[in-house]
Amino acid sequence: MSAATTIEYRIPPQPRFRAFIHRLREGDEVAHVLTLVFAALILLLTSMLVYELWVNSRLSRTKFGWMFLWTRVWDPIFGNFGAAPFIYGTLVTAIVSLVIAVPLGLAGSIFLAELAPPKLSDSIAFLIDLLAAVPSVIYGLLGIFIVVPVMRTTLGPVLKSALGFLPLFQGRNYGVGFLTGGIVLAIMVVPFIISVSREVLLTVPSEQREAALALGSTRWESTWKVVIPWARTGIMGSIFLALARALGETMAVTMVIGNDPKISASLFAPGYTIAAVIANEFTEATGDLYLSALIELGLVLFLMTFILNGLARLLIVATERGGGHP
Amino acid sequence: MTAATRGNDAAAARFAPPVRVAAMTSAEPSKETGLRFQISKLDFFYGSKQAVFDFTLKIPANKVTALIGPSGCGKSTFLRTLNRMNETVRNSRFVGEILLDGQDISQMDVVGLRRRVGMVFQRPNPFPKSIYENVAYGLKINGYRGRLRDLVEHSLRRAALWEEVKDYLHKSAFALSGGQQQRLCIARALAVDPEVLLLDEPCSALDPVTTAKIEELMFHLKDSCTMVIVTHNMQQAARASDFTAFMLDGRLIEHNETSKLFTTPADPRTEAYITGRFG
Amino acid sequence: MSRLRLIWRKSLNAVMLTLTGVAAFAVVSVLFLILGYLLWNGGKSLNWDFFTKLPKPVGETGGGMANAIVGSLKLLLLAAVMGLPVGLMAGVYLAEFGGKAFSFVIRYTTDLLNGVPSIVIGIFAYSLAVLPVKHFSTFAGGVALGIMVIPITVRSTEEFLRAVPTSLREGAMALGASKWRTIVTVVLPAASGGIITGMLLSLARVAGETAPLLFTAFSNRYWSPGWGQPIASLPVMIYTYAIAPYDDWHRQAWAAGLVLLALVLIANLGCRLVLNRRGAIRSV
Repeated sequence: MSAATTIEYRIPPQPRFRAFIHRLREGDEVAHVLTLVFAALILLLTSMLVYELWVNSRLSRTKFGWMFLWTRVWDPIFGNFGAAPFIYGTLVTAIVSLVIAVPLGLAGSIFLAELAPPKLSDSIAFLIDLLAAVPSVIYGLLGIFIVVPVMRTTLGPVLKSALGFLPLFQGRNYGVGFLTGGIVLAIMVVPFIISVSREVLLTVPSEQREAALALGSTRWESTWKVVIPWARTGIMGSIFLALARALGETMAVTMVIGNDPKISASLFAPGYTIAAVIANEFTEATGDLYLSALIELGLVLFLMTFILNGLARLLIVATERGGGHP
Repeated sequence: MTAATRGNDAAAARFAPPVRVAAMTSAEPSKETGLRFQISKLDFFYGSKQAVFDFTLKIPANKVTALIGPSGCGKSTFLRTLNRMNETVRNSRFVGEILLDGQDISQMDVVGLRRRVGMVFQRPNPFPKSIYENVAYGLKINGYRGRLRDLVEHSLRRAALWEEVKDYLHKSAFALSGGQQQRLCIARALAVDPEVLLLDEPCSALDPVTTAKIEELMFHLKDSCTMVIVTHNMQQAARASDFTAFMLDGRLIEHNETSKLFTTPADPRTEAYITGRFG
Repeated sequence: MSRLRLIWRKSLNAVMLTLTGVAAFAVVSVLFLILGYLLWNGGKSLNWDFFTKLPKPVGETGGGMANAIVGSLKLLLLAAVMGLPVGLMAGVYLAEFGGKAFSFVIRYTTDLLNGVPSIVIGIFAYSLAVLPVKHFSTFAGGVALGIMVIPITVRSTEEFLRAVPTSLREGAMALGASKWRTIVTVVLPAASGGIITGMLLSLARVAGETAPLLFTAFSNRYWSPGWGQPIASLPVMIYTYAIAPYDDWHRQAWAAGLVLLALVLIANLGCRLVLNRRGAIRSV
């Protein structure tokens, strides 16, 4: 045995800091951190949004409390604010729009998914996507200059004579109002229902249709009794999405709703929605309480659409994964 | 086969229908020849591509006819022309004559045809409904009023599923195992009392025990129902069928009583297939 | 009796299926109705003045919307500068670096932001950019639109990055490229077509937005120099003119509507056609 030192081939352990610097120089760590910062920015922005809404509505929230939601008075002069007429108007126009848009949209999506040859189906779906891209203010333009006069001169009187026994269709008809708002919203919301429902229907396995047809069903029976039940959660999701869109829609409705903060049973009556009152009165709001009340309305609207959107996404994901098993 | 011959009388009692379902048209096999289907010179096309060539076959009533052949030889395509299911594919058409009890099926109302000629698919495809609703579906759309529950029970018995599901009729069909789902699909198809049942590789997704159960119920169904089964499994064809037809590349090569085809095949290609030299 | 039942079923079948076709075509015809009306009413009022002159004082006829057109462009530029990089980087993070839990949170938040009504975004931008300085500005409008651009960009960037095949990434890394280098030199260029089209689509979407501008950029009847003053924009002008009682203003609203719709539809048409050739992008 020599007295010479044995050579050690053990690699000295790298201190973690040096390894980090090494990766840093490589740039990967930088890239990771950089992109993470931007992603976190979205989180920050959204949190700030909720925070600002909350903070800036504090005056109104502390003054009115929960009563705000069902107070029917909207009186800027005496500083008495309530959300009820606007919640009512938002819900009524949204429901009217769904009553029109859901059957229409569902029927259209059935045609595109079940009946039309693939090329025709794709072309029409493309055109309907374009319809969804039309700006809201343009729908408003058409609402003011086409739907309102038609409502006043033709549609209103027809509905009145046919269904005037219902309180829904009584009262003076000015052309603007809940029904007009609902109709304009319906046109805006139909493309969403069609496009999402069509995609959902296309995911139904063809074996289901074949099983129904092989039992001697007509095409309609196979569609209505088998295909649609299979896809029903996804279709519900598309309806919720459309509802969320209708609730948050501002310009088109503002231009045809009539701007009257009242709750009425008649669909012909002018009304007001949350989005419309904010759009009309925000810049005119005198005094902090007034502004705070408007912002509180914004908070209410935010919460409504937040819940609906969440439910809608859940339903659509559920269909994609589970295929509508009961 | 042996399991099926045991307890024959008990089985017959099990399968006796309590009520008769009114048939849409007469359900007598062709008087002259005792045949259900007579197919003559059938050519089938997907667009410009021909899948079945000059097919001529007679399907006898109340017997099981098996169709065997390598993958892609057109067995399923041919089977699906018998209930015009191919019409769901665009640009498909056939030339030639297919007679059901002497009537040309291309002249018939397709909805009526499909009630008389039922189909069971390769993979179980129950509807997203309860077990009861699945079986009752065909009855409901035909407007059958009356004791639905009795008919549902009758169909489930014919499909050898009643004992296993009788307490769970309102549970979802998806709660059943694969083999049970397939028997449910058979019950569903049987509910409208078809004259013919077409089975497209019904056991390919199932385990051997379930396969044996299904083969046994096919044996008992023969009395009331003509069956045409497409199968990949030659042993199954040998066990469960009375007649066998061998197909290759869209053509009918040979058709004979099962025992004769498997022991003394006439065509060398048939022999090559059944001895496993290809396919 | 069963014969009657069959006839009923078949008639019902024919009627219902026809109705579905009618519904589909009715919806599509609305698109053509919109186009037709705008072309007719807007086309009549469109002239050279529209593109070059400023609005006339209230009550006088004539004038144009030159300032609104430039205003919309300035706002879009701001929105692009502020929102697109955030969307791009966040999309890269989600597709390339993200950890499971954090990515889920980011995606959920992005969807949430996407679903916020545009007027609420306007309130938010107001509290961020208008309240502190107590006046409306182009900058505030850009902030509002920039926020709206982010969710759409994130989603399309992530989708197109994921669509790049792993074989491409592995090829680069096998040659010794680090992760970020692979992304910058290989993955991003491969996905660039889709990403850019996604960005253009998001800009086309915010170009038509009115509500968030109502109390951020507000409006202006003159030119707006710099970025700190209120500014006119096409959508807000359309809104203001449409609800006013002057016929001449209605005329101009139609013209402006035509210009806005033409720009938005052409951008959409172009982008979607390009995307269809690459593979579908999910809308909504």
